[in-house]
Amino acid sequence: MTDKRDILVVDDEPVIAQGVSKVCSAEGMSVDVAESGAAGLKMLSEGRYTIVICDIMMPQMDGFQFLAEVARRKLRTLVVMATGYSTVENAVRSLSCGAVDFIPKPFTADELLSVLRRDLKFSRLQEPVVPSTPGGIPGFPSHIPPPPEYHRLGYAGWALVEAAGTVLLGVSDLFLKTIGEIRKIDLLPPGGETAQGNGCAAITAADGLVHSLMCPVSGRIIEANLKAASGPAIVEKDPYFAGWLYRVLPSDLERDLRRLGARGPGPV
Amino acid sequence: MIMKKLGFKLTFVVCVTALTTISIFAYFNVRSDSRNLLAEVERHANQLSEAVKSATEYDMLLNQRDRIHQSIKRMGNQSSIQRIRVMNKAGEVIYSSDPAEMGKMVDKNAESCYKCHSAGQPLERLEMKERTRIFRSHPGASRTLGIINPIYNAPSCWLAACHVHSRSQVVLGVLDVTMPLAEVDKDIRHGQLEIVIFAFSAVLVLSLIIGFFVKRWVDVPVRELLGATRHVADGDLSYLIKGEGEDELGMLAKAFNNMTRKLSEARLQLFQSDKMASLGRLAAGVAHEINNPLTGVLTYSSYLLKRAGDRPEMQKDLEVIVRETIRSREIVKSLLDFARQSVPNKSEADINHVIDLAASVVENQFSLNKVKLAKDFGTDIPRITVDANQMQQVFVNLFVNAADAIGPKGGTITVSSSLLKLSPVGMTQIKKALCPKRHNLVDEEVRIDGKPSVRIRVRSDGNEGFLYLDPMYGIDRNRGDMGFDVKSGAKFVCPECSTSLIAPKKACPECGSPVYTFEVPFKGMVEGCTRKGCKWRRWDEVDASGVRDFVELKVRDTGCGMSKDEMSKIFEPFYSTKGQKGTGLGLAVIWGIIDNHNGTIGVESEVGAGTTFIVRIPVKP
Repeated sequence: MTDKRDILVVDDEPVIAQGVSKVCSAEGMSVDVAESGAAGLKMLSEGRYTIVICDIMMPQMDGFQFLAEVARRKLRTLVVMATGYSTVENAVRSLSCGAVDFIPKPFTADELLSVLRRDLKFSRLQEPVVPSTPGGIPGFPSHIPPPPEYHRLGYAGWALVEAAGTVLLGVSDLFLKTIGEIRKIDLLPPGGETAQGNGCAAITAADGLVHSLMCPVSGRIIEANLKAASGPAIVEKDPYFAGWLYRVLPSDLERDLRRLGARGPGPV
Repeated sequence: MIMKKLGFKLTFVVCVTALTTISIFAYFNVRSDSRNLLAEVERHANQLSEAVKSATEYDMLLNQRDRIHQSIKRMGNQSSIQRIRVMNKAGEVIYSSDPAEMGKMVDKNAESCYKCHSAGQPLERLEMKERTRIFRSHPGASRTLGIINPIYNAPSCWLAACHVHSRSQVVLGVLDVTMPLAEVDKDIRHGQLEIVIFAFSAVLVLSLIIGFFVKRWVDVPVRELLGATRHVADGDLSYLIKGEGEDELGMLAKAFNNMTRKLSEARLQLFQSDKMASLGRLAAGVAHEINNPLTGVLTYSSYLLKRAGDRPEMQKDLEVIVRETIRSREIVKSLLDFARQSVPNKSEADINHVIDLAASVVENQFSLNKVKLAKDFGTDIPRITVDANQMQQVFVNLFVNAADAIGPKGGTITVSSSLLKLSPVGMTQIKKALCPKRHNLVDEEVRIDGKPSVRIRVRSDGNEGFLYLDPMYGIDRNRGDMGFDVKSGAKFVCPECSTSLIAPKKACPECGSPVYTFEVPFKGMVEGCTRKGCKWRRWDEVDASGVRDFVELKVRDTGCGMSKDEMSKIFEPFYSTKGQKGTGLGLAVIWGIIDNHNGTIGVESEVGAGTTFIVRIPVKP
């Protein structure tokens, strides 16, 4: 088995593994299933997978141990964490431990597909940029990284602390590139609370898939960018400045930033 | 066992001390009494002896021996006199009240002669004290007092016609009078007996009195304390020692009650946080356990829904399954959100600055909506201890609400701060209330002006209902529509344990009706009149605290205002005028934050004219 396959599902619940497998197969993806972390690692050592969907709460080896093992072996596979205990901590911890995405259980087929589609795309975008002609100049990088003072949550969301103590939130160019053309952005109304790691914006792509943006910072939404909501083009054109999504009054900024860790451009 | 008891030990020590003191006192008392009595008898005997001497002197000079005999004999017959005799220098008994003795020689070593003749040369002068002697005629006989009276040679003796005595003689003879001491000894013994009886009865009475009071002041309270510690050890923290006195043990009992009160308070809090932690664990467990099967249902149903594009009927049914599963997912998620709650982090802050920050957050948005934000800050506002983040949240919320009330036509929001002094009456909220058995009387369900009320069960003439007291001290908006008349003898009891809340022996100073009472932990007792309509209430701790400084913060808008009915509901959770736009938690959360700061929040509004929210925070928490 030397061919690169798309998805490996690691979950101790066969029903879930099979369900995920069915959904992905129907979309034309190649899927394998492992019922434990150890079995998953064994399969990873035997063949190449673009994405591993790994449950966090498993007996013997849990999702984080699996993630650490993947990092230790320097495997080039992307790991998407999934758990029924979808706390904010788990979500943020997954991303800071090197997972590419986090999907809270239970999910619909479309929610799963939106994550897989964009992560498959992400995987392709991460391939080394090959010069179009042998010996020629390498092509432009596929995306614009966020400015250095921007905090990142995974590769998707960014947060910028403003002078007034408020925080500006937005979506990264890389994330936009993975989901393709945007049809519509749904934002939460101002006044509401949002928590780090929870979905805070629903971005509908041209293919009809709805992508949820994980909120980088907890707090009260005091302003939503109405221009972004009415015309997604501004977000696509200038995601780091005019295309911001929310202004948030953070509830515990220090803690949130400590959890985020990564800042500015750099490897995901 | 009884020997080891404190009461016994105390009584024992007191009795031993009393017995020792009384014994020493009695000993010296008896001794001095006997001495005095004997001295009296001696004096009496001496006088008597002198009397006998003078009575017979003349007859002696005339040498009227018969007459002397007669006189001595007659005098010797007196009951208080045992014997009178006269001896000459040679020791011969010349006269005696006992005729058998007459003419006998008395040995110089006999008790009557010994005093003068013990030294080689007979004494010629005998001091008064040395003349008496106490002796027993034979062992076992009662004591006798004898008095020797020397008869000295006088001119009349040697000049007398008989010429019996020459001039050179100093002592002619002695008069010896003996008196029985049986009566005196009886008196002395009687006195001793009396003293002993007195000593023992004094000790007995003393021990009874000491024992009684030791039992009452030491034994009973100590036993009460002991019982209370056992109750507490068994986990019954609601147990209280009744009848705390003013003495040291009373203070101990008070301290004990205070300790259990604080312990139960701490336990309650621990219980509360434990409950939250358990709820968190439960939520986490439920989330995991339910989310896995839900994932199966949701993936399969949504997968089927995607494939059922050509069968609209089935699609509809599958949509229901997907929608309801998503709903279940949201319920589980809200459980997890609920388990995660933020804790206030207070520090000293300039509240004007905090409001400024909140204003800067919303000002941009306001300028777009033609809303003007005016600030009227007092300059004398002291720094107060608040959670700046939470307070900022409060004001952003109030500003956003105000802007919503103003709507698209524009208007002004005025925020002001000022310092004011307020009497605690009408400003202090009863947040906790306990019956004597420490059941909670605060009812979270029934709220008066948004604040949980104090619930009391009322029984009158077989009817039963609840009275909900206004938790704001000094404001009387009690709810008590029980559908029956509350008679003056009605019972006011704890809804849980039915313990009476009527204060014994107390009457309302305004109308004389019975008074109900309950405890506010750490803040003393609250009392109030049971008669409907009478507004008398008393809370010593708060009344005594006097006027306090508050910072008053007002947010006034020129918006649409609201009706009285709306005003009474706005602080209740899930009440919203914004329909789908709001969660209805905003003002409830604000209320919670202000309450956490021991402050109050109130609202004044007029339909069409605008609304003012008034926040008051105590300067000293």
